[in-house]
Formats: sequence, C-alpha cells, structure tokens
Amino acid sequence: MALPEVKQTATEARLAALSLPTGGCLEAGRRAALARVQEMGLPGARDEYWKYTRPETLVQAAAPEASVFDDGEVAMFNEFDRLQVVFVDGVFDAEASDDLSLEGVTIERLSDLSAKDLHWAKDLYGVLEARGQNPVERPLAALNTAFATDGVVVHVTGKPSKPINLVYKHAETASDAILHHVIKVDSGAEATILENGPAASRFNKAMEIDVADGGSLHLIRAQGRDHERRAATHLFARLGKESVFKAFTLTVNGVLTRNEAVVEFLGDDAVAHIAGACVGDGDFHHDDTVFITHDAVNCESRQVFKKVLRNGATGVFQGKILVKEGAQKTDGYQISQSLLLDDDSQFLAKPELEIYADDVACSHGSTSGAIDEEGLFYLRSRGVPLAEATDLMTLAFLAEAIEEIEDTDLGTALIERLTGWLARRR
Amino acid sequence: MLEIKNLHVKLEDEDKAILKGLDLKVEAGKVHAIMGPNGSGKSTLSYVLSGRDGYEVTDGSATLDGEDLLELEAEERAALGIFLAFQYPVEIPGVGNMTFLRTAVNAQRKARGEEELSATDFLKEVRAKAKSLKIDADMLKRPVNVGFSGGEKKRNEILQMAMLEPKMCILDETDSGLDVDAMKLVSEGVNALRDEGRGFLVITHYQRLLDHIKPDVVHILANGRIVKTGGPELALEVENNGYADILAEVE
Repeated sequence: MALPEVKQTATEARLAALSLPTGGCLEAGRRAALARVQEMGLPGARDEYWKYTRPETLVQAAAPEASVFDDGEVAMFNEFDRLQVVFVDGVFDAEASDDLSLEGVTIERLSDLSAKDLHWAKDLYGVLEARGQNPVERPLAALNTAFATDGVVVHVTGKPSKPINLVYKHAETASDAILHHVIKVDSGAEATILENGPAASRFNKAMEIDVADGGSLHLIRAQGRDHERRAATHLFARLGKESVFKAFTLTVNGVLTRNEAVVEFLGDDAVAHIAGACVGDGDFHHDDTVFITHDAVNCESRQVFKKVLRNGATGVFQGKILVKEGAQKTDGYQISQSLLLDDDSQFLAKPELEIYADDVACSHGSTSGAIDEEGLFYLRSRGVPLAEATDLMTLAFLAEAIEEIEDTDLGTALIERLTGWLARRR
Repeated sequence: MLEIKNLHVKLEDEDKAILKGLDLKVEAGKVHAIMGPNGSGKSTLSYVLSGRDGYEVTDGSATLDGEDLLELEAEERAALGIFLAFQYPVEIPGVGNMTFLRTAVNAQRKARGEEELSATDFLKEVRAKAKSLKIDADMLKRPVNVGFSGGEKKRNEILQMAMLEPKMCILDETDSGLDVDAMKLVSEGVNALRDEGRGFLVITHYQRLLDHIKPDVVHILANGRIVKTGGPELALEVENNGYADILAEVE
C-alpha cells in the first residue's frame, strides 16, 4: 500500500539527509532496515501510536537546536566504580573513555564492524528490532538500524566486576546522534549497564538485548534535566529461560522524550521489570511506550511508571501486556501513575491487556491525582515548610518506581540526585 | 501558655459550625485532658490549633505565649512549639523515618534562627530517644509509618515529639488502637516529656489513658463548647456514668 503523500514526503526528506554506512557484516541488515523504513514511512501526527506525542521534530530532516546544558553538576554515577564509554554528540570519544577491556565481557565499537565480514552481532543487529515491528510499527527504530553511525557491541560472557557506563555528552547546538547498541548476555552471565547524559540536541537510540537462558541484565539510565534536548529511544529485549531483565529510567525535563521498550519472553520462568520515574517541570513532554509479549510459561513482567508533572508538563504512558496462547501462569503487572502538581499539566495513559491464555494473573492500573493533602499536612505539622514537604511527597510518590532498581546504592544515588534537583527548583 | 478565647469554627466546605465559643487555657507544666462524646469537636480543635486546611475560624482567638496561632501556617506553628500527635499517623512511603525526623528537626531550628543539628549529634539523640520508646533501628530506617503496627505508629509520634521538644503538645486520641502494653509504653514516653515549660492537651474518649497520663485538669467538650471543668475525678465520673448525666446537668 502506498504511503500517504505527507508521510512519503517527510520520510524522503529525512532519508535524503542521511547516508547509509557501508561495508562489513551489518550492511545487509542496514539495507533491510532501510527498506522497512521506506515501506512503513516515518511516524506522522495521524498515526494511532503517536496519538499523544507529536513526532514531527523527531522526524524532520534537520535536528532542532538545543543549547548545551551545563550547571556544573558532577556527572551522574561519578561516584561509582564503572567502565565508561563516552560518546560526544553520538561519536565515540576514545580519549574520554576507559580502556574497554574488562573480565567477563567483550566491548567493541559498532563502527568497527564495518570492517568485519563475520561477527556474532550480525545475527542480532536489526533482527530484534525487526521482530519488534509487529504488531506495532516503530519506524524510528528501523531508521536507527539503517543509519546508526556508532554504538557498542557488548558480549557478556561472565560476571564483570563493575557496570558499563554509557555516557552521552552533548556539545554542538544542533547535533543529531544515532546510536545503536547490541547487548548479548550468555547463559548464566550477568551485567549492569548504566546510561546517562543528553547525547545530542536530537538523539535516536536503539538497544537490542538478547539474554540467554539464566542470564541477567540490569539497565539503569538517567536522562538528565537538559531542558531543550529531544530523544527517541527503543529497547528491544528477547529473554530466554529463567533469565532476568530489569530496566529503570529516570527522566527529568527535556522538550521531548519518547522511550519505547519492547520485551519478548521466549523461555519459561523468566522475569522482566520495566520501570520509570519522570519529573517534568515546564513545557516538557515525556512518553513511555511499553510492549511486553509473553510467549512462554510462568514468566513475570512488571511495568511501574510514575510521573510528577507541573507547569504545563505532559506525561504519556502507553503500556501493553500481550499474553499469547499457551503462555500459562503468566504474572503480569502494570501500573502507571501521575502526580499532577497543578492544573496546567496532564497525563495521558493507555494501559492495555490482551490475553489468549486462560491461566494467568494480569493486573493493570492507572491513576492521576493531586498531592496527598493528608501527608502534606502531616509533614507541615512537624515544621517542614510547604515547598520542602511537597518535594518529600514527590519523592515518596516516585519511590515505588525507584525501588525497582535492585542495586540499592544506585537507587540511593538517584534519589539523592533527584532530591538536589527538586531543591534547586524551589 | 495556650489561650483559646470564644473560638468559633466551621467547616470551610459546608455551613456547619463545629466549635461554638470554646474557651480554654492551658498553663505551662500542666496536663489538661479533654473528653467528650463523638462529634463534640475534639478532633476539630486539635486540627484548628495545628493549622490544618478546611476549617474557617469565624470568631475568637487562639494564642501560644501571646502569639496569634490562627494567622500562621502549620509549619510556622510547629516552629513556635505546637505539636499534634495524630490519631491516625499518616504513612509516607519512600521517605525514611530518619530522613523525615532530621528534616523536621532542622526545619524547625532553621525557622527559629538556630543552627542545624549535625548528622552525628542528630543520630546520637535519635538513637537514645528511640531506645527508651523501644523503637529499633529497623523502624528508624523504614519509610515513615509504612507497615507500622498501630502501637508502632503511636510510639513513632511520641518519638517525633521527643525530638522536636515542643512547648505545647496536643495528643489526639493517642490511646485509640493501642493494647494495654503499648498504652503503657506510650504514656511513659509522654510522662518523660512532662516538664515545667511544657503544656499538654490530651484528647481522649476514655478515662483509661488518664490512669497513665495523670491530668491536672479535665474538661468536658460538648456541642462545640467546654461545658464542664474539674479535676481528675471528672474523668472517673464520665467513665462510670457516661456523658448523659453531665450534659443533662449542664443544660
């Protein structure tokens, strides 16, 4: 079917501004992805899946400008022992990065694969993304597969002693970063990946994750409060038997953020938790779109999203649990809640369950509310001033999502950072 | 210390008068008890004094050491020395009890122009005070009142009172939901805080609590006014005969 003209034009304009990296084992995958983009067309305002978030600035040929945000704050996760891989406006910075060798894991640059004809990543690159295009199209992810210029290819074979920290720095006012990471976790292996930083004025990131039987991957990311940045990110995770995948995202401000997570259970007894805490204070838009497919027995999935919004901020949650026929004993939980601190802010939620198995426990809930007056009075009656009490109640509200982070030190660090940010706003 | 004159209060949302000319004076060092039937205005009195929203004062005054309470925000009243021990302490998930206590103590000190307590001094003090209330380290770490039993919540209220060292303590049905042992423990905590510079207003339905926290003065609140004032024996009278006799006698 031919694309509507508006979409065709927009897609062609965007594609004309990009050039397909050639050579090596990924080229075929890139070409296939380009064909997917051409067939689907890039997202437009009339697309159902983009009903609550305007895709124009994510799609337009030139990246919208965003001033570089620097308030002199120490970088997130700085106090942790971690292996840093730094990208500046989407380009690997060897100087700023640590030595990429670490026991239990092999880390390579995606761009190095252009010179290799054989590599395991060939079987994952664009493969999970392509699987994730059904039943809902995600053209920005296919665009990413086709044109990503850099990224990391990580093979976790053991239990590395420290987390891998992907640091995304923003330097140019109009930068357009497209990064694609491939993460393969072997059977019984376990790793933690941290991500932080604004990356560019516009950031398109995809991460494909394959966790083999009994493997674990923890992903914790902090999209800082850089006000003007735009980001569209996709996670595609495929989970084997008894594997564990836990992802948490903290998002603060940013003109536009769309985070999609697509998780598929292929092996029995696996666990996936996708959580997010968001603070929007101003004219910011933040969208979490999650799609979890249960295609195995006795798997547990949790989606926990909390958003605190004020001064015109908008929060979006589109979350789905699909339980396929035969995915018995599925335990699916989904909660999305917003705390609206004023009348100008809004939360748009579309929670969905689609179940074809008859022995499952799935629940979902979505709420929007004002701050708990009882709690606020309790704090004030102890002498805590209104602004500070509001911050405490805000943190309390976000706690359920932050508690999804298994590593309590990392969780505490995020809470401390958030506390500081809230206090500065006063 | 606390002086309430001709206090008239109605609910903000509806045209319903609750306090209708209440007069009360609590001196420093004294424990005053307020008893009264359901709906007489006991909890309203505690909320109006501590600054909760939703009430409108239509007449009268309430002062603490001469300062007009009714003009102040809840947190300002707290810094001035008002403390309300809640009948139903509020659960605040995600905020550690210790963080909450330190925030409160330091906010009050700051409001009074005093230096904030250092982390070590605070810890030392809170540990000592928690110990006497049989509050263990785990309870201090947990989120405020979350998963606490009824007794633990009330002990936590008393711990806050001990840390904040208010001038005027208002206890709103602190005995509700407590078993005998817990009531004893809570009462001991309150008694330990009795001192010449501090006043207490103990609101209760039952005389039982007053066996443990011995009042100097007992008031009967009915239909929004203090209708009778006496010594501890008045509480016994209520316990034995109920309110009906007293109310009949007043009318």
